[in-house]
Amino acid sequence: MMAAPRFDRALLLVTPATLFMLLLFIYPFIYGLVLSFQPMEEAGWLANYQKFFSTANLWMTIGTTLKLALPATMVNVALALPMAFKMRGTSRIQKLVTMLLVIPVTLGTVLIAEGMLTYFGPRGWLSQTLQWLHLYEGPIRLTHNYWGVLISLVISGFPFVFLLMLSYITGIDPVLARAASTLGASPAAQFRHIYLPLLIPGIAMAFCLAFVQAFSVLPSAVLLGAPAGPTRVISIAAYEAAFEQYDYSMASAIAMIMGFVQLVVVAAVLSLRGLFYRGPVAGGKG
Amino acid sequence: MNLDFNELKLEQVTRRFAGSAAAALNELSLNVRRGEFIALLGPSGCGKSTALNCIAGLLDLSGGRIMLDGTRIDVLPPEKRGFGMVFQNYALFPHMTVRRNIGFGLLMRGVGADQAARRVQTALELVQLSGHEDKLPGQLSGGQQQRVAIARAIVIEPPLVLMDEPLSNLDAKLRLEMRAEIRRIHRELGRSTIYVTHDQDEALSLADRIVVMKEGVVQQIGAPAQIYGQPANLHVARFMGYRNVLEMEVESASGSAVTLARGPLRLSGTAMQPLAGKRAWVAIRPEELAASGGGPNLIEGVIENAEYCGRDSLIDVRTVAGALLHARAPAGSAAGEQVRLSVAPERVLVYPHL
Repeated sequence: MMAAPRFDRALLLVTPATLFMLLLFIYPFIYGLVLSFQPMEEAGWLANYQKFFSTANLWMTIGTTLKLALPATMVNVALALPMAFKMRGTSRIQKLVTMLLVIPVTLGTVLIAEGMLTYFGPRGWLSQTLQWLHLYEGPIRLTHNYWGVLISLVISGFPFVFLLMLSYITGIDPVLARAASTLGASPAAQFRHIYLPLLIPGIAMAFCLAFVQAFSVLPSAVLLGAPAGPTRVISIAAYEAAFEQYDYSMASAIAMIMGFVQLVVVAAVLSLRGLFYRGPVAGGKG
Repeated sequence: MNLDFNELKLEQVTRRFAGSAAAALNELSLNVRRGEFIALLGPSGCGKSTALNCIAGLLDLSGGRIMLDGTRIDVLPPEKRGFGMVFQNYALFPHMTVRRNIGFGLLMRGVGADQAARRVQTALELVQLSGHEDKLPGQLSGGQQQRVAIARAIVIEPPLVLMDEPLSNLDAKLRLEMRAEIRRIHRELGRSTIYVTHDQDEALSLADRIVVMKEGVVQQIGAPAQIYGQPANLHVARFMGYRNVLEMEVESASGSAVTLARGPLRLSGTAMQPLAGKRAWVAIRPEELAASGGGPNLIEGVIENAEYCGRDSLIDVRTVAGALLHARAPAGSAAGEQVRLSVAPERVLVYPHL
């Protein structure tokens, strides 16, 4: 019998990817982490963090951001799940909707924000149409406040969540639902007993990815929100520290706090996922 | 849903798929009596699975109707029909234990927990899987998964059990075992069963009646011995293992007795359908074309190829007339030997040349 080779040379193929990760992710991360403990003013190594948690317009950004990112993510998941479920079999409509949904992903948040300003603004089409139809006469305030940012987060995040959910749902063998139906399960029961339990890992994953994306919102919070008050999100605080006060050390500390909050939420969601079934989603050996 | 019924009637059940001119299932009419085991047999694409899905309610009919005693059921959704179905890939719910898989149908019917637990236990004993209640399907072997699928279908005590090629994913040995299991369970419960398969042996050994299908059309309905011995047409004959199919000239015919010729080869056979024209197809099973010293329908030839099969050999014989015939010969026959074959005239089946 031949001894197993001690070093598989195929492993060398992962070298470029590893170098890439080291150079572009791990090194900047560690650099930022170290920098955050070297405050500009002569003070203790925790000075940046002490300042963050003792200054109201800094620590409050965590709550402000969570108040935007969590509802936006929940709305996106709640909308995408039934839509993707309805869309699981009909391939032609599925293709069309998928194509339409990829567009906002490719446009980017700034263009969406510009469009929303002209559409949702006080003198935008929506407002004018409603007034013309005499449905609502008052001014509509959907921009430059909390709602503007929330809507833009839903618009930019939904396609992403929808496409993820669709791929999870189409990965579930439809014969399982058929088997359930022959055993007496109505469509609602099929969803509750078959699809939903098998989708939990996918829902958790989509939630995490969408949340991380929404939590780091910057352009729409500035363009569509009220960056001085209700939509002063954490990335605005980091931006101000870095590019208005030129305090890179403080900015790094804010970025680290931001990452930590994201990590806590993601860890909480993923640990909830651990309570559910996480095996293969096909029936039998196929 | 009534658990027992006297008759399930399929009346000209037809199913067409969009974008296809030919019907996948064309006017299937069939009466299934209580307790009967019916096999739908045919090559892939013959419409047998379509028929099963139409009965289960997983496919809508394009025409015809399905009656259970006096009730029309083809308009009901599958969950209202209450037929138990066993799927080809088992379709076990991967996130549920064996116990919950089997109990699912009872849960959907609102059966009380105590009674459900008792019935699941009985079903587990029936398929000999006691002790595996708390495993997930992924932890079971293929044969065990198949048993769970069967238990899940019969625990709801359906009037009709539908099986869609349930053994095709198992290896040869397990397939024989499960075949015997299915026969035993059918004997014990006496539930009417419709069983879809492309395997003649399965159909012959399990069914009370066999429905042979081809391209959506029923070719023959009959008892296994009838399908095996008297195929209604050439398609059925070919499918049932009549490997020697020869084109021959009709020399004379009186009643069903026919004399045929092909060059120096002369055979007397039995017409299975009214003949028309001078030419006809002749079908002979290799097992019935025996190497022997003499007898009726003597055919001389040279062995071109011999396959040793243990008890005997399968030989390819080139006849004097130039035709190649498959036959059985005593083990030890070798290529190049001269051989004389003979076959009883009632086993030379003659079909019209269409």
